[in-house]
Amino acid sequence: MVSIISSNLTNQVFKNRRIKEKMLFYVFALLAIVSGAYMVLTRNLLYAGFSLLLTLLSVAAIYVLLFADFVAVTQLMVYVGGVLVLILFGIMLSSRVHDKSVMSENVNVGWGITIALLTLVGLSYTIWQAGFSSLPWLQQTDTDVLAGQKSTVQHIGVKLMTDFVLPFEIASLLLLIALMGAAYIATDKQKV
Amino acid sequence: MLDQIPLEHILLLSAALFTIGILAVITKRHAVVVLMGIELIFNAANLNLVAFSRHDPVLMQGQMFSLFVILVAAAEAAVALAIVLRVYQHFKTANLNQIVTKEG
Repeated sequence: MVSIISSNLTNQVFKNRRIKEKMLFYVFALLAIVSGAYMVLTRNLLYAGFSLLLTLLSVAAIYVLLFADFVAVTQLMVYVGGVLVLILFGIMLSSRVHDKSVMSENVNVGWGITIALLTLVGLSYTIWQAGFSSLPWLQQTDTDVLAGQKSTVQHIGVKLMTDFVLPFEIASLLLLIALMGAAYIATDKQKV
Repeated sequence: MLDQIPLEHILLLSAALFTIGILAVITKRHAVVVLMGIELIFNAANLNLVAFSRHDPVLMQGQMFSLFVILVAAAEAAVALAIVLRVYQHFKTANLNQIVTKEG
């Protein structure tokens, strides 16, 4: 009797947590879409950069809700801490604030909206028709996705050092080459 | 499986982000904003990978793949912004239409 009551209680707590999770997902999804749309609509480059920041943060939050905590932290460190700072530097260095070049002009607006709408409708229709939720390998997984473990960090670490060790090493080489190349391209040859 | 965030809604969010990225790439003429659109497209693809990886808790191939996608995107952004800076120093503009019509 006691165990039934306690299991009912746990079920209730579990359900409440699920509902909160869903609400958080919709809030962050709305935030991501609205700030992404503002990035396209605004003509000020700096506003576009900061709304991209908001989009990236919302996507990181959605990663957390999808049981991918390590990917979320990586997103925060690499995108928000690295790529976005690079983009803001790019905006600062490639536009003079005094004249109007901090504003970006829009071209091909009709074609752009047509192609974007067609893409959105096509993708939505495909997702709607595909019925991913009824796929057998998606049905097999239960609600306890992480299988009792609290985080994915240890799992990913073991994976990186066993199954994915070759891509890991190649990735480090790629990063080294890319950063050296970027530094070489960006230096002013006349001044050095 | 019952009370999770529906997979279709995550995929629809990803499709919306992808569309916004496409729109930015097509309509904007400043090179840095085009790069920002490409970053949005990367994020949309990553969201799909992570969403399907939720149903693969043992192997987690989707999450591993998304980690490598983030890494390659970072390398791409560094090189592309370096090229944009060089182009700006050379042509004194980062507007793609003006760069196309100018003589090197």
